[in-house]
Amino acid sequence: MSGLQIDKLSMRFDLPNGTSVQALESVSIDLKAGELLAVLGPSGCGKTTLLNIVAGFLAPTSGEITLNEKRVHGPGAERGMVFQQGALFEWMSVRENVGFGPRMKGMAEKPKREIVDHLLDVVGLQEFKEKAVYELSGGMQQRVALARCLANEPDVILMDEPLGALDALTREKMQGLVLKLWKETGKTIILITHSVEEALLLGERLIVMAPRPGRIHKEYNLPFAEMGVGQDLREVKKHPDFATTREEILSMIWDMEEEIMGGAAK
Amino acid sequence: MTLIADLWAELYAVLTTLLGATPYIIGYVLLILLCGFIWSTIKRMLTPKSDYGSLKTVTFGDESSVTSDTVASVVSIVLIFVLWGTFTGSKFLPGFMHVPGAYEGTSSFTYTVEAGGESDDATVAITVFPTGEDVAAPAIEAGDGFAKNDALALPIYRSELLRVDRNDELGRAEGAQITAVDGQSIAPGGRVDVDFGLVSMTAKGTLNIKPSTGWQMEPIWLPSPEAVLSRLGEIATSGFRNSTLAEHLGFSLFRVIVGFLLGAIVGIPLGYAMGLSNWFRGWFDPIVEFMRPVPPLALIPLVIIWAGIGEVGKIILLFLAALWIMAIAARSGVSGVRISKVHAAYSLGASKWQIMRHVIIPNSLPEIFTGARVAMGVCWGTVVAAELVAAEKGAGMMIMVASKFQSTDIVLMGIILIGIIGFTIDMLMRWAERWLVPWKGKG
Repeated sequence: MSGLQIDKLSMRFDLPNGTSVQALESVSIDLKAGELLAVLGPSGCGKTTLLNIVAGFLAPTSGEITLNEKRVHGPGAERGMVFQQGALFEWMSVRENVGFGPRMKGMAEKPKREIVDHLLDVVGLQEFKEKAVYELSGGMQQRVALARCLANEPDVILMDEPLGALDALTREKMQGLVLKLWKETGKTIILITHSVEEALLLGERLIVMAPRPGRIHKEYNLPFAEMGVGQDLREVKKHPDFATTREEILSMIWDMEEEIMGGAAK
Repeated sequence: MTLIADLWAELYAVLTTLLGATPYIIGYVLLILLCGFIWSTIKRMLTPKSDYGSLKTVTFGDESSVTSDTVASVVSIVLIFVLWGTFTGSKFLPGFMHVPGAYEGTSSFTYTVEAGGESDDATVAITVFPTGEDVAAPAIEAGDGFAKNDALALPIYRSELLRVDRNDELGRAEGAQITAVDGQSIAPGGRVDVDFGLVSMTAKGTLNIKPSTGWQMEPIWLPSPEAVLSRLGEIATSGFRNSTLAEHLGFSLFRVIVGFLLGAIVGIPLGYAMGLSNWFRGWFDPIVEFMRPVPPLALIPLVIIWAGIGEVGKIILLFLAALWIMAIAARSGVSGVRISKVHAAYSLGASKWQIMRHVIIPNSLPEIFTGARVAMGVCWGTVVAAELVAAEKGAGMMIMVASKFQSTDIVLMGIILIGIIGFTIDMLMRWAERWLVPWKGKG
């Protein structure tokens, strides 16, 4: 069975003060190859922990993850990561950043250059390739991060709030780019986000997580990502179902937050 | 309790000195303000700047609108040299810019002696000659009366007790007493201003001849700029204490560079180990944290006992001075790597060694450079101090030996050269930093 299976994942760890935290409790997700899953939830619901376990940076206390019928142990090149910001190597040029994965594999200079050039075209940074990454704007830096991840040909792309630090306009453009890349490359993508709107726009599937313990609260299958490919995302947002679903999820998360704060959030 | 009393007395002495200097400090500040006022007036008459900063209306408290004014820097440096020249009578400055110098030339004064109801006048001829010359007292006639004329020659800045009655017919033993100088009456402990300076009388009745010293500094306190410059030329060509100037400075630099490099070669891997492994961090943390606040100068006696005053001892000392700084810089460089960069590299398929080579080392370079700059500064200071204590060659040894012979010009020249070299080292390190780690602070 190909795709990504997350099976009854639990994560529990002790704190220095003697108590312990149940960060995740029995989270199971079955992701087919090429699906785009958005994960949404209030802070502390364990969504970043979940992503870190899938990436292999953390070991779960129980449960397992299988990718293309192979069990996941530790980080690997078949699961690429795109971080919020600051994960680019500022001592390398744009071109060197994108070519990092192929270089680590020991790929020859010529095929590597072809891959890098192609991806720089895809993300529209061809003319910036010799620049240092710190000379680019935040949006451009995230384009580099996407290209760097794709250059390594991963099976799954894990995105940890990749657009969280961008301004609203850039963010909208980048959402379009993510959809385009998803459709063109057919990669399996897990996207963690704080933004309900972004989750609705990009998530072919959407999981809302609840905190204490971190668990799956509700799952949706959504049509908006499919609609949005190559389209103006603002048009998608005008869809009547979009507003209804957004309101539903927002009030769901609002209730969770209130529960955490003990009503103080009012 | 005596300790507190002693400390209080020390504090009192310090504060008194400070209080004495206050008028000069206030004067200097007023001079700064005056120059600033003059320059801002001149600037207003020139074409006004029209950059962004010139349009700011709020500048007081806006850190970004405060930049170093080049004119102020130039004026302050020039002023230091002008003051130096003014107070040393430098030939580089026109005479009217000098403050009054010490009295030099010939003069005389008369004194009146009373003995046994009689009174007589006699003259004292004074010759004040420049330092370094040897001038004999002028020959004079004895004159009439029981008080005889005297003559005295002395170098500038000196004073002399003169028993004027020694050649008189009626001396102190006979009850003779000096009652007036230049017609003004004087008593033991008193003083009279004369045209070349001051004549005072000790409690026993001896005259103390004190020609005016003026406002200029005596070369032994502060030699003139040209004296320092000519000394530089002299030592650069003929050397000092069997070594040329280049050898003295070269040896100091050699020690610094070798000591620093050894410290870096050991300290950087040590810092990496401490940044990458719990065990190494735990093992070396107490050692490094204890050794870091120990000033390298405090190790000089131990290093001399263990390794003597030769090159080995100096280099061990500088090695120790650089080691802890470099270790701590490398450690914080490694600790400062963003976990997302390391995670990203792992997800891109990098091995541990590749992460070390392509992520951790480049990420720590800015910190290491900062550490290297600090270490070079500390090493330069330490080598000079170590040479002050004991050395056969070196910049510190040069100024220490010169100070023992009161060759203030060599001391000043040495201090200026040491400062220039230290400044140059720092500039070179900054330049290397900009060139080699342009991504510093851009992460």
